[in-house]
Amino acid sequence: MTGPNRKRVNINWFKYASPQTFFPLAAKLTPWFGAAAALLCGAGLYIGFFVAPTDAQQGEAYRIIFIHVPAAWMAMLIYLVMAFWAGVGLVFNARLSGMWASALAPSGALMAFIALWTGALWGRPTWGTWWVWDARLTSTLILLFLYFGFMALQAAIDDPRRADKAGAVLALTGVVNIPIIYFSVQWWNTLHQGASVSLTSAPTMAATMFAGMIVMTLGFWMYSIAAALLRVRCIILERERRSDWVAHYVRTLK
Amino acid sequence: MNWASWNDFFAMGGYALYVWGSYGVTLGFMVTEIVLLMLRKRSLLGQLRRTPGARRVAP
Repeated sequence: MTGPNRKRVNINWFKYASPQTFFPLAAKLTPWFGAAAALLCGAGLYIGFFVAPTDAQQGEAYRIIFIHVPAAWMAMLIYLVMAFWAGVGLVFNARLSGMWASALAPSGALMAFIALWTGALWGRPTWGTWWVWDARLTSTLILLFLYFGFMALQAAIDDPRRADKAGAVLALTGVVNIPIIYFSVQWWNTLHQGASVSLTSAPTMAATMFAGMIVMTLGFWMYSIAAALLRVRCIILERERRSDWVAHYVRTLK
Repeated sequence: MNWASWNDFFAMGGYALYVWGSYGVTLGFMVTEIVLLMLRKRSLLGQLRRTPGARRVAP
């Protein structure tokens, strides 16, 4: 039970929920995430090219996996985070949530594009084709278009609060595509191979290959956070440009 | 060690186009994204400095 001597620690979890208080925190965090991204990607590339062995069936072509899988995972993860913040913004009408959703979309689109691009360059030597209307490829292409649609919709609406609301509805509707991508290799037995890594069983690949993929995923994750932090700071400045605190902040620079 | 020489490394067992095409484009886009964001912030701050907050009244 709570004795008289027990100290209560009050943490204000909402302290950083406003753009004004979050802005300086974002500035402090960005270089740390950038450094973590550089270190992890460096380590992941070293493992991927110099430690992981040549694949018995695919030769060296399989080394595309070290960016293909992390990019595909991040494209899905960023979409979920984007839709989450868009939903929070829709329900609680919180300014920063909408800014986060807008800041994440281009980074997610980039990851989806990288997954498709590297997939094409991997498919050519292994499947003999750049592209095929396979379930997973098609649903990932839809993911890229969902990101583009979200960005285009927001860009088409002048009032940022209304743009946030419209974008949120689109983002939340599109969430249905994420389980479709994830389970597509089980539901439709088309060309894309099944998962080598799943939550329920041991990975079906060499430990060093698996390690390279995981370290690269963490690196891509940190990169995405750093890029989104950079972008959310720009969006905060743009949307709050008429506020006193931005005027004050600009005056204190140099 | 997987590679006998740097040439061997760059040749990627005959898959150089596919492997380096993947890594090169990925690196290019990532670097471009960061550079564009830094330029966007710089031009934004320059703009804000030239036209300080519209509502502000000089002290």
